[in-house]
Amino acid sequence: MRSLHPFPGGVHPADHKAESNGRPIAQAPLLPRYVVPLRQHIGTPAKPVVKVGDKVLKGQSIGHADGYVSTAIHAPTSGRVVAVAPQPVPHPSGIADLAIVIEADGDDRAIEYEPLIDWRSMDPSTLRNRIRDLGLAGLGGAVFPSYIKLNPKSAGRVPTLILNGAECEPWITCDDRLMRERAHDILRGTAVIQSLLHAEEILIGIEDNKPEAIAAMREAAEQCGFPIEVVAVPTQYPAGGGKQLTYLLTGKETPSGALSTDIGIQVFNVGTAYSLYRAIEFGEPVISRVVTATGHVAEPQNIEVRIGTPIADLIRLAGGELSGASGRLIGGPMMGFDLRDTAAPITKAVNCVIVKSPALFPPAPPPMPCIRCGECARACPVSLQPFEMHWYAKARDFGKAQGYQLFDCIECGCCSYVCPSHIPLVDYFRFAKSEIWAREREKQAAEQARTRHEFHQFRAEREKQEKADKLAAKAAERLKQAEPTTATADPEAERKKAILQAAIERAKKAKEDVTPKNVDNVSAEVRHEIEEIEARRAKLREAAHAQDEDKA
Amino acid sequence: MTGSPYITQPRRETPRVMQLVLLALLPGITAHWWLFGPGILVSLLLCSLFAIGFESLALLMRNRPIGFYLRDNTALVTAWLLALSMPTLAPWWLYLVGIFFAIIVAKHFYGGMGQNLFNPAMVGFAVLILSFPVQMTQWPAPAALAAHVPSLVEAFDLVFAGQGALSVDAYTSATPLDSLKTQLRAGTAFDDIAGQAIFGHIGGTGGEIVALMFLAGGLLLLALRLITWHIPLAFLAAIALTAGVIQLIEPGEQAGILFHLATGGAMLGAFFIATDPITAASTPRGKLLYAAGAGFLTVIIRVYGNFPDGVAFAVLLMNIAAPLIDLYTQPRVFGQTGRKDKQP
Repeated sequence: MRSLHPFPGGVHPADHKAESNGRPIAQAPLLPRYVVPLRQHIGTPAKPVVKVGDKVLKGQSIGHADGYVSTAIHAPTSGRVVAVAPQPVPHPSGIADLAIVIEADGDDRAIEYEPLIDWRSMDPSTLRNRIRDLGLAGLGGAVFPSYIKLNPKSAGRVPTLILNGAECEPWITCDDRLMRERAHDILRGTAVIQSLLHAEEILIGIEDNKPEAIAAMREAAEQCGFPIEVVAVPTQYPAGGGKQLTYLLTGKETPSGALSTDIGIQVFNVGTAYSLYRAIEFGEPVISRVVTATGHVAEPQNIEVRIGTPIADLIRLAGGELSGASGRLIGGPMMGFDLRDTAAPITKAVNCVIVKSPALFPPAPPPMPCIRCGECARACPVSLQPFEMHWYAKARDFGKAQGYQLFDCIECGCCSYVCPSHIPLVDYFRFAKSEIWAREREKQAAEQARTRHEFHQFRAEREKQEKADKLAAKAAERLKQAEPTTATADPEAERKKAILQAAIERAKKAKEDVTPKNVDNVSAEVRHEIEEIEARRAKLREAAHAQDEDKA
Repeated sequence: MTGSPYITQPRRETPRVMQLVLLALLPGITAHWWLFGPGILVSLLLCSLFAIGFESLALLMRNRPIGFYLRDNTALVTAWLLALSMPTLAPWWLYLVGIFFAIIVAKHFYGGMGQNLFNPAMVGFAVLILSFPVQMTQWPAPAALAAHVPSLVEAFDLVFAGQGALSVDAYTSATPLDSLKTQLRAGTAFDDIAGQAIFGHIGGTGGEIVALMFLAGGLLLLALRLITWHIPLAFLAAIALTAGVIQLIEPGEQAGILFHLATGGAMLGAFFIATDPITAASTPRGKLLYAAGAGFLTVIIRVYGNFPDGVAFAVLLMNIAAPLIDLYTQPRVFGQTGRKDKQP
């Protein structure tokens, strides 16, 4: 028996797993229309490579990875692209995001998949690139591009691999069903991860409220041919948090602001391992996933749907909403969010849709003042002091809130869950974080503007200075030529003299400039002629002058 | 701001927490009633009514929803704690002044529930003992020693109409802490003082039983997990240690450990007053420091200060230090290798 290391805090909400974990995973039928968002992973959204009117085949890449932290997306079925435009997406903000809308042609014809059966003999970097192009991202909800996590180069080697099958959020059972039904396949995918990371130890953490999943995984582990330890962990939210599960299984704390690879551990969700198996075995990109549809619906269950399935269709497949439904949640009730529009599709990040009813999710009573009872601090899995951070977040003293390690908050919601005064603590922390980020951005922008302005000023100043220097140099030069021997004791007088001299020279030069120059350098004959003409003109002027005097 | 979590399940809601504190005070109140007569009921009733009145007034003037805040029961807790710290059968206006300072000055001037820096009941008590020392030291004598125990009707008469038919000496006496202090100052040997009837077995006739019942109520709070062990234990341990050291320094001259634990406000302070979460330190280590400081100061004030009991002043002094104590006793955050310096 492995000795576990309980993490601090945590809560025990009613798990509501029985509603949806009794039935096998259902297969969704082909739907007429799919909406495939380009932003389905952490990092840069995929770059669309199809346009309206294009015909696509199932599994065809319709969005390429754009940059390092990115991954590809694919057509869930064959059909025609009818829009590449902003569409409603499952996001807390409710803001529309760019998506490719595909109208199914009903044939469901696929491109020719290239299985990676010989992955063991493949060059690791080629294999990783294939994994990127097949669109693998963490299906636990964080959707970090898998190929990056499969690159142990930065850490050298990752000795411990943890498979996350904890599934600690209430209501969600998609990983539970997946482990019960496809344990062998999950482990086949795990073999690829193990190989790429050179992991020596593989641990699978599953909460002990899923005995069937534990049994299935244990049985598969015995047959899979490489050492895997299936560990039952106590049912306690948030045991499925990456850092919490890591500590629970190994006693190692992931340092604040660091990655688990820094302590030689990598964590993958079981669903990701399964999709990796599909990629290796069939060359199939991530075009489907298992989603729990539960809550106030007629037939709560897990359904394997294609990515892009409108959530309205998912709810319909789960028997439809019962009367009195009061909204839908994406994800679990502890960390999920309200869905604004059921036209939004299932993405790689959506593991659960819960239809709300007032009975299942009564509105929170109005908050009362904080009495500093410390319940929140005792429930915090990160040992924060939420009541202090709340105080400073409320007072908009974000520096102080940060002093209480605001950014170590994992937003698990335990503090809000236990607060005797019903204070929405996590909301305050999200608010404080977003304000700090916004201020940071503003500060950076201001800093940039300041630098630009300062450089502009510097350049103007420099040009002025250069001009002045040139003039002074010229003046000095002339002074030297004019009176090379004069040495006056008074530099001021000398300067004035120089200026005067310069002015005289300028005037002289100006005069010279207006004097006709075509009389210079002429032949003797011409000069003679000119003199004669001038002499005649002088005579005439004299005569005129005499006449004028006579008249007077 | 309404995001996740979409489910909440506090172990107890704040109004319920306060209710349970009131409930835990009942054993001590019952013992008091039994041993000192029904007068305590009059002071509890008066303080409660004044507290509700002042709370409503303050909320009205601050434009806050009155019903919503009255339901939190905090005003009642303050009222009861002050009533239990004051002499019963004191004139009605003494309760009025005490509650005014507790609710209006110590609580609402600071921004109302949850914002007060000082324990409101103890502020009320401190104001009264500084301003009205005579009225504040006229405690009813234990029933076993009193010439007459006022009935409930007589108690109302005494509180509202003054002494009336009964002479003050007929029902009041100095408290054990008070008479110990006066007599020690007068030069009486400790052993002679301790032999007097008012001192009972360990902490004063009647008083020691009441203290025991407050201890029982306090253990109930612990069992209900409304308080943690840190503050009561550190408070009582510091009292015992300080009293023990003083006894060692002045053998035969000073009261012993058990006396200090069983008398005055020691038990009420340990479980109900020092544990007020709003004004106490809140980190585990901070609570220990805070309560140890309060326990130490309690005995120092009792032995060397001018007031018979030191709990109120000790708690108020440590209230000042609580924010600083919290700042320097923050627990290590998960994943943090070393404590980063706090900005004070």
